[in-house]
Amino acid sequence: MVLRGRVWKYGDDVNTDVIFPGKYTYTITDPKEMAAHALEDLDPDFAGSVKAGDLVVAGRNFGCGSSREQAATCLKEAGVGAVIAESFSRIYFRNAINQGMPAIQFKDASQYIESGEEITVDLGKGEITCKAGTFNFPPLSEFMMGILEDGGLVPHTKKVLRKSST
Amino acid sequence: MGKTFAEKILAVKSGQDEVSVGQIVDVSPDATLSHDNTAAISKIFESIGVEKIWDPAKPVIVLDHCVPAATEKYASNHKTIREFVARQGIGNFHDINAGVCHQVLAEQGHALPGRLILGSDSHTTSYGALGAFAAGIGRSEMAVIFATGTLWLRVPETLKLQLEGPLPDGVEPKDVVLRLVGELGADGALYRAVEYTGSVVEEMSVGGRMTLCNMAAEMGAKIGYVAPDKKTARWLEKRKRADYEVVISDEDAEFEQVLRFDMEGLAPQVAKPHTVDNVCGVDEVAGTKIQQALVGTCTNGRLEDLESAARILSGKKVHRDVRLLVFPASMEVYREALDTGVIGRLVDAGAVIMNPGCGPCLGAHEGALAPGEVCLSTANRNFKGRMGCREAEVYLASPLTVAASAVQGEITDPREFL
Repeated sequence: MVLRGRVWKYGDDVNTDVIFPGKYTYTITDPKEMAAHALEDLDPDFAGSVKAGDLVVAGRNFGCGSSREQAATCLKEAGVGAVIAESFSRIYFRNAINQGMPAIQFKDASQYIESGEEITVDLGKGEITCKAGTFNFPPLSEFMMGILEDGGLVPHTKKVLRKSST
Repeated sequence: MGKTFAEKILAVKSGQDEVSVGQIVDVSPDATLSHDNTAAISKIFESIGVEKIWDPAKPVIVLDHCVPAATEKYASNHKTIREFVARQGIGNFHDINAGVCHQVLAEQGHALPGRLILGSDSHTTSYGALGAFAAGIGRSEMAVIFATGTLWLRVPETLKLQLEGPLPDGVEPKDVVLRLVGELGADGALYRAVEYTGSVVEEMSVGGRMTLCNMAAEMGAKIGYVAPDKKTARWLEKRKRADYEVVISDEDAEFEQVLRFDMEGLAPQVAKPHTVDNVCGVDEVAGTKIQQALVGTCTNGRLEDLESAARILSGKKVHRDVRLLVFPASMEVYREALDTGVIGRLVDAGAVIMNPGCGPCLGAHEGALAPGEVCLSTANRNFKGRMGCREAEVYLASPLTVAASAVQGEITDPREFL
């Protein structure tokens, strides 16, 4: 899986309340509508300008706070190809993979990747190429790649259940 | 080499002799927790194509995030959940008259030592206070558990926090945990099991331990945990749903880190906007004007928290420029606070007593903020927009500090009132 896209860069501790505000968690159920509010309380320009395949780059502890899955769904529906961060909150990491959106842990993300630049990410090789050079990150486990390739945890589970019933 | 609590329990629940840090295991939970998000979970569950959930006795479902329903949308959401519960024959369902899910699940005796509980809420970590392994997960994951009964978990490293005291008067469990979050940072315990030990924890009530474990989530932890003792057994005596077996870390277990904190000289702590780890001593922010004060939530809505507030507020009045909202964490807490006269003392002081539930903690209803307003809350999060308004500010503190500040109209050191 190779991704190429433009970078939206943010800082440390981007929490799920600024990715998808709590006041919408039970009133918005349509993923398309979720996308319209993505990052609303952090970067009000994001939802209107993000293009399919764009990449979100951040510092430490991306997605901390609430377990709300919409914080992953809204970015995926907005077209975000992957989130690359120095580290992730554990529930966000799970939610992203389970929604079929790669969550890539790259410890020097803030240092080397610049806002607005086009970068390439090779998930299989664990390689990021940006203006500053080509860098390695720990590739996702085979188990997680399996979930991503199936399009997320729910389609993955359906496939497993189908297999076990035949 | 011995094993940690986390390693032991994940070995048992995955049916293996032993497991090690970093290993991915498939586990089957003893109980699950979901709340108003059960409507969304039920839709994902139904899309998987399995007709009946794996075990109707295992899920605990509590309506709490927006109760009673504030709008038609919330009402429809609750209706979907009631229909799902009826269709699936789920027994452990608590409607809008129960309280905050974490308090209710514990009071109802589902959180027991040695149990594995997975909840689609980040503060599921609370049940570690009773010796359970309890972690937050996402909605799709809960739907998959409903369908298959299993989910994968990574065996976490364990961070042991040794807290030594005694705590000074006027300093509460909330101050202890705010100090820890401030010191370790919002990712200080990322992916880790946090085990609280030391004389401060031994002396602390079960309710206080729930405050510690609740906010382990604010350091990024997978679980918070306190080894069960006599207090735990006493608390569970009349509540437990089943017999249980206590699981604790071996003395020679391999902890990733052991950190010691001396809490003897601790002052009341405050988390400033807009992150929970932005913590300082109360004196640094004393004098900051507030318009709303909140006592409640899954962090600090228990009887002892309401008693703390009443200790300050008895015979005094809430400042004319402040709205004080009090949310008992459950109907049981509410009933006890009525019986012991705590509610009466709070009402006399000018507090508004709200129904048990999450209230405005996540900005859905019952006390949202206006632009430019400041709220001092006993909740666990102060992120931008958290209480419904991006241009408002939320500070976090203990029930004593919130009550003292409500009287003065500005952030105040509660020790001045004791």
